[in-house]
Amino acid sequence: MSVTAESNELRDDVLNGLQLSGQLERVWRTPSGLVGALMSVDHKIVGRRYILTAFAFLLLGGILAMLMRVQLAGPEQTFLSADKYNQIFTMHGSTMMFLFAVPVMEAFAVYLVPLMVGTRNIAFPRLNAFSYWMFLFGGCFLWISFLFNVGPDVGWFSYVPLSSLQFTPTKRADVWAQMITFTEVAALAVAVEIVVTVFKLRAPGMTLDRIPLFVWAMLVTSFLVMFAMPSIMVASTSLILDRLVNTRFYDASSGGHPLLWQHLFWFFGHPEVYIIFIPGTGMASTILATFARRPVIGYPVVILSLIGTGFLSFGLWVHHMFVTGLPQLGAGLFTASSMLIAVPSGLQIFCWLATLWDGRPVYRTPLLFVIGFIVIFVIGGLSGVMVASVPIDTQVHDTYFVVAHFHYVLIGGAVFPLIGAVYYWFPKIAGRMLSERLGRWNFWLAFIGFNVAFFPMHFLGLIGMPRRVYTYTADMDWAHLNLLSSIGAFVFALSFALLLVNVVYSLRKGALAGDNPWNGSTLEWATSSPPPPQNFDRIPVVKHRDPLWADSESLPVIAGLSAERREVLLTSLAEAEPQTREASSEPSIWPLLTAIATTVFFIGSIFTPWAVLWGTPPMAVTLIGWFWPSGSKEDEE
Amino acid sequence: MRQTIVRNVAELPTYGYGPRSGPWWGAMGFMALEGMGFAIAVGTYLYLYAIDPNWPIGAAPPDLWPGTTEAVVYLLSIIPNEITNRAAYRQDLAKVRTGLVVMSLIGIALLVLRGFEFAHLNTRWDNSAYGSIVWLILGLHTTHLATDVGDTVVLAVLMFTRHAKPRRFSDVTDNVFYWNFVVLAWLPLYALLDWVPRL
Amino acid sequence: MLLATWPLAACAGRQSALDPQGLQSDQIRHTLFIFVAVAAVVWTAVVIALGIGMLRRKRAADQPLDLHQTFEERTGRVILALGIATTVIVLGLSFVSYAGQRTVFAKDENALTLKIVGHQWWWEVRYEADSPHQNFVTANEIRIPTGQPVKVELESADVIHSFWVPSLTGKMDLIPGQKNELQFTAKNAGMYRGQCAEFCGLQHAHMAFDVIALPPDEFGRWREHENQSAESPADQLGKQGEALFRARGCALCHNVSGTLAGGQLGPDLTHVGGRRTIAAGTLPNTPATLGAWISDPQHIKPGNLMPKMPLQSDELIAIIHYLEQLK
Repeated sequence: MSVTAESNELRDDVLNGLQLSGQLERVWRTPSGLVGALMSVDHKIVGRRYILTAFAFLLLGGILAMLMRVQLAGPEQTFLSADKYNQIFTMHGSTMMFLFAVPVMEAFAVYLVPLMVGTRNIAFPRLNAFSYWMFLFGGCFLWISFLFNVGPDVGWFSYVPLSSLQFTPTKRADVWAQMITFTEVAALAVAVEIVVTVFKLRAPGMTLDRIPLFVWAMLVTSFLVMFAMPSIMVASTSLILDRLVNTRFYDASSGGHPLLWQHLFWFFGHPEVYIIFIPGTGMASTILATFARRPVIGYPVVILSLIGTGFLSFGLWVHHMFVTGLPQLGAGLFTASSMLIAVPSGLQIFCWLATLWDGRPVYRTPLLFVIGFIVIFVIGGLSGVMVASVPIDTQVHDTYFVVAHFHYVLIGGAVFPLIGAVYYWFPKIAGRMLSERLGRWNFWLAFIGFNVAFFPMHFLGLIGMPRRVYTYTADMDWAHLNLLSSIGAFVFALSFALLLVNVVYSLRKGALAGDNPWNGSTLEWATSSPPPPQNFDRIPVVKHRDPLWADSESLPVIAGLSAERREVLLTSLAEAEPQTREASSEPSIWPLLTAIATTVFFIGSIFTPWAVLWGTPPMAVTLIGWFWPSGSKEDEE
Repeated sequence: MRQTIVRNVAELPTYGYGPRSGPWWGAMGFMALEGMGFAIAVGTYLYLYAIDPNWPIGAAPPDLWPGTTEAVVYLLSIIPNEITNRAAYRQDLAKVRTGLVVMSLIGIALLVLRGFEFAHLNTRWDNSAYGSIVWLILGLHTTHLATDVGDTVVLAVLMFTRHAKPRRFSDVTDNVFYWNFVVLAWLPLYALLDWVPRL
Repeated sequence: MLLATWPLAACAGRQSALDPQGLQSDQIRHTLFIFVAVAAVVWTAVVIALGIGMLRRKRAADQPLDLHQTFEERTGRVILALGIATTVIVLGLSFVSYAGQRTVFAKDENALTLKIVGHQWWWEVRYEADSPHQNFVTANEIRIPTGQPVKVELESADVIHSFWVPSLTGKMDLIPGQKNELQFTAKNAGMYRGQCAEFCGLQHAHMAFDVIALPPDEFGRWREHENQSAESPADQLGKQGEALFRARGCALCHNVSGTLAGGQLGPDLTHVGGRRTIAAGTLPNTPATLGAWISDPQHIKPGNLMPKMPLQSDELIAIIHYLEQLK
């Protein structure tokens, strides 16, 4: 089709070597200067910003955690007032869940998935840029509100009727609810981009059973995001409507019900845990294969486990509501369904253990974090089985036992692999290695600090300490364990300080990485570190699940893509057969402008319903600007 | 790393239709998550319905004529929509222009009808939880309707400018595809809003 | 690790799931221990397998893709077997859990019934007998007979709270617009502390109460006494306190049965002098703490709904003296 019109186009089959690299770089690079930076649609630049921003929120959320641990280190401390404490624990939970854990996983996917599937940019690069701006603005909105003492104080779960207008007459609950809208818009956009990138932009030959495990994990995660987050969007929207225009969703005296909120919240909230955890398993599988020097045993088992976990995760939300007075038999069935999710998680762990048994492990920092992850996560999984039991849950629900449990799951299951991933992919992103010496210190401080901080909390819960209390009396016998926990928390915090030092130091002084410092098997290691704007000079052809191990001498590639405009190769869903050469977006300022217009709309609409009226036209204008053809050549065929 | 060229893809087209195109899959993804949003809203409706025996709470069921008329118009709109679709595949610019204008007009008519429907719900959003969920569901669908109408109008305008190039026909087919989703979403919502209160 | 540190916590106090004093809490601890035992075995097995995997003599070749077909197949079968084992364990534990659940939530028609209403941030406790004149209301202190099932009906006046006395049984939420109930039986006489477990706003941390389990005859006597109206103060200072209690606005919110004080917003004070604590378990009940509380409640429990009343020190002394006599 239309080949004649383009026959004089410059293609990558007539260029070679540096000439080709230089030409592609000119086409794919982000314009220089501040405006250029704001226009960037390069998944690596956006991904890097996403990662850095998410880690900045981790730092902020971590500082809040430390403030809480100071307050709780002894009985009847007055370091924080009740009001500040309630804001702080709400901000800690909301920041960690919505501004760190979910975004950081998606951020890694934004950076890595296009490289790992062997393409030049993510699907819908402008949507990707928009998503980042929404995330940034939503996070800033929450934190600026907090600094002005309008930070939410009703918990990251924001149960009604406490968060209703009657009991929270200030804007604090609105800030929370609208921050949800911001971050969900961002998360949903990335989820769709990842799905389409994996479905359509895979390198030729990367059939479904050759997709790297991290990419599989992010694909499953993206589907979870797409099907879980609409629930919290409906919930937060109806909460704002209840507060702003007096709808009655949660008003028991007008036919509403407070438990409706809990159903909607946990229908999202439980899959949320797996949205955070599944990417962690993908990171763990990747790191394990590289450092055990063999592919993960049971690749199909791992994938089926991921998919199984994804499906099961939608059938467990009720176990967050065992003490709300639901029918007993129903609750009992949710016990069984909740515990069953241990089976796919267990299968993955068995596959990893078998991989380690048969491998020749090289104990570098990323692998240490994965081993720490297994040790810690199994504890979290097993305490999860306890929490899933109705009778046990009636005792431990809303106590420090649960605080211990989910930190074992989330920090053990997601943050440990994540830090491992930072050590593993930092050389690719920055071009330099992180210090191994600091890395070991980092790991041991994190491992010891974490366990000292959180293991005692199991006991605190069992001996009666509820969650979300800003203080406790001296006669409750909770002081010693709390002090121990606070000490552990500071050691744990220190490990993150070391990570920061390591990153800052290594950015300038670290050893140069080269293309493939760990001898990894996946495609991101087939290009330079950091990768050029076009990712690959020529799109690789995949003939094996571990392409760089199978073809260690020479990489099969395809040619024929344009070298004078942005073009990506689309392949078929299952077999990854080349289908079309589709244009990929040029840099554009419109995503940023659209995000600004949307931000004005969102913030306005917690103050007045009329924001819907005056907030829509600017959004419409910016969206038209975004999609209107620029008149450049690739837009005009 | 050394490279070996094993295939040349220069002969491949630069855009495709349906599952061969990226934007089609994007639309698919957004439909999936928006469909989930509708499902959750419907679930909310049924939950509230289940806990309150006096349904609809303190109100008469909505008047039938606006929703029913809309349902009929939606179903009929599939015909010009499909004609537009085929014209786009054939890259028949004249017919695509006509089709988009017709679809824009149908969309605007439906928005007007929707205004009447809100007025004939027989309940306000702040009367009871019943009123709230009815307004929410209708509002949610209206947002989709309005967005797609806006999209259709912009695309119609685009097709009358110099930007009406072949690859735009693929955008037209995606727009057609999305309209079918708006229609398909309406049918269960219509049954829920207009008929369930009459059970 | 779990087992080694277990004794450390087992001795802990009067608000502990590990020190059960009721039929239900006993059953729950039993279920918990089965789970903990299984968990300890599983975790140890995983860590041993991990350790062996790390220390094991490695295969010689450094070709990552040089794999042994037989090893892969054998390992596949082992993984499958472990998967089945996991399923069996999980289903077994579900069964154990459900058996425990049935015991914990078993209902007894002859239970003593109490109604508990959660307020920000205190507990209203209503004893409702068959004849209305035997009804009385108290706050933040629940007395029950030992050996007899007690049914608490749980409601909320404002936001969601959760009723939790770990020594006796697990928790249950108090939800506006919904009636929940919970049954439990105290095995031994004693005093067990409970605390709100669902975050309910500013002073969630200070929403505690006591459950005092008494031998049945002693409970009967207490109930008889509690059902009486407040006695008139015996001395002049007390009488003056009673008058001030009304004149200074206390009676607008607080009820003292048998007097003109009939407020319904705050805790019933008919027998406040006999309670162990004030302000929902925040302070022990002594003349000094009572004085501190009345003179500035916002200092002790910021944000609570009791306003600071301007009182002269002699007026304060009279009111404290009066309240102390309401036993």
